[in-house]
Amino acid sequence: MTSTPTTQAPLLPARHDTRCPFNPPPAYTEAAATGPVSRAELPDGTSCWLVTGYQEVRTVLSDSRFSADVRRPGFPFLTTGQREILAVTPSFVRLDDPEHARLRRMVTGDFLIKRVEARRPAIQRIVDEALDRMTAAGAPADLVTHFALPVPSLVICLLLGVPYADREAFQERSRLLLSIEAGREETARARIELLDYLGELAVRKREHPGDDILSRLAARDDLTPRQIATTGVLLLVAGHETTANMIGLSTAMLLRHPEQAARLADPAALPGAVEELLRLLTIAHAGVPRVALEDVELGDTLVRAGEGVIAMLSTANRDEELFGGGDRLPTDELDLDRDARRHVAFGFGVHQCLGQPLARAELQIALATLFRRLPGLRLAVPESELEFRTEAVIYGPKSLPVAW
Amino acid sequence: MQVSVDPDRCCSSGQCVMTVPGFFEQDDEDGLVRIRPTAPEPAQYADVRLAAELCPGGAITVTEGAEPVGHAGHGPAR
Repeated sequence: MTSTPTTQAPLLPARHDTRCPFNPPPAYTEAAATGPVSRAELPDGTSCWLVTGYQEVRTVLSDSRFSADVRRPGFPFLTTGQREILAVTPSFVRLDDPEHARLRRMVTGDFLIKRVEARRPAIQRIVDEALDRMTAAGAPADLVTHFALPVPSLVICLLLGVPYADREAFQERSRLLLSIEAGREETARARIELLDYLGELAVRKREHPGDDILSRLAARDDLTPRQIATTGVLLLVAGHETTANMIGLSTAMLLRHPEQAARLADPAALPGAVEELLRLLTIAHAGVPRVALEDVELGDTLVRAGEGVIAMLSTANRDEELFGGGDRLPTDELDLDRDARRHVAFGFGVHQCLGQPLARAELQIALATLFRRLPGLRLAVPESELEFRTEAVIYGPKSLPVAW
Repeated sequence: MQVSVDPDRCCSSGQCVMTVPGFFEQDDEDGLVRIRPTAPEPAQYADVRLAAELCPGGAITVTEGAEPVGHAGHGPAR
C-alpha cells in the first residue's frame, strides 16, 4: 500500500443511518461529496480506494486493468464470505476473462430476454399463488416471508432444478454467505454445505436429467462436479438475496409514495418505474470489489498496481448531472417517471448481472400485481419500527409487516 | 449511422435488446448480440447511441454521419 488511511477514511462496509433506511450509508455519500475517488479502510485494517463517482465506477468495472479475481494479491475483502472463496473454487463472478467468459456463457442461455419473456406466465402464476396464500392467511402478514422471498426463491428453484421443499436449508445458508457479521467458520461451513447439496443434486441429474440449468451443467464433460456446484451456488444465492430484497425494499418505498405506486398500473410506465426503483434503492450497498493489476489514472487519482478498489454502485446511481436536472426531483427521491436507464444497479462491464432480464421480469410482475390486487396495502407498523439488513452486503428489510 | 458489434466482447446482458428491441437481438443459443441487417431508423438513433453507451462489454460501435450506401457494412456480425 502506498498511502496510509487518514482518520477520516471510512471503515468498510459502513454503517447505515437508521433514520434514513432508503439511503446508502452516510459515510459513502459523504465520501462522494469530497470527490469521485477517496480512501477507505477494509475490515482487515488495510486501506483501499472507495470509488463513488458514476464515470469512475463504470471505468473500474469495465477496464480489464481492474481484476475481479479474489486470488490476486491485494484483493479487497469486504466480508468473510468473499475471503472464504479463496479456500474453494471461485465462481465466475470472482474470475477474470477468459475463464469468467467460458463459465458464464454456459448459463447465459437460460437468462436470454426471449427465454425470460416466455417465462412471464409462469412467474405471474408464482406471484399470484404467493398472494393467494398470503391473503388467505389474513392480515397482518410479513411481506418478506410470504411474498418478497418466496417469489424469487420459487423462480430460481424452477430454473435451476432445485427442489423448493429444501428451501429452509439453502435460504439460511445463502443469507450467511452474504453476511458481514457471520464468523469465518460459520461462513465456510455454509458454503461447503451448499456446494455439497448442489453437487449431490447434480450427480442425480446426470442420471435423471430435467429441463433445468443444473441438468444442463451436469451433462457437460468439461466441468468438474465442484465447478457445477459452484455455478449452482452462485445462481441460487444471487437469485434469492437480490430480487427478494429489491421486492421488499421497493414495496416499503412505494408505501411511502402511494400516489406514485399508482403508476405501476400503467403497462407503458412499468418498466421505467422498475428502473428508477433499481437506481434509487441499489441494494448492493457494500459495493463491488476489484484489485488494480497495474497503475491506473482514475479521475485525478493514481491507483497503483495491487491496490484494492471498491466501486460504490449506490452513490454512482445518485449522480445529479446524469439523473437529476430539469424538472426532476432530487436524485435521492423516488420519481417513477425519471429516465433511469443509465443506472448501474446491475453493475457494469463483463460481470454485469447475468440475471438482469429475470430480475426485471420478476420485479415488474411482482410489484404491479401486488399493488393491483391489494390497493389498500399499508404498513402494519410505523415505518420507524422496520428493521433492515444492515449486516448484509445486499440491503433490504428484514421483515415488512403489512395489512390491506 | 453505422452500427457494428463485436460478439467476442458481448457478455449477453441483454441491455441493448432492452434499449432498442427489434434492432438488437440475442442469438437463440448463446445470447450473443446480433443486429438487423438494415441500418437503424433515424427515430432509433438516440436509443442506438444509448445502447452503445450502456453496453457493459463495449461490444457495440456506432459510427455517426456515414449514411448507408447500398450494402455498406451493417450486416450481422455473425
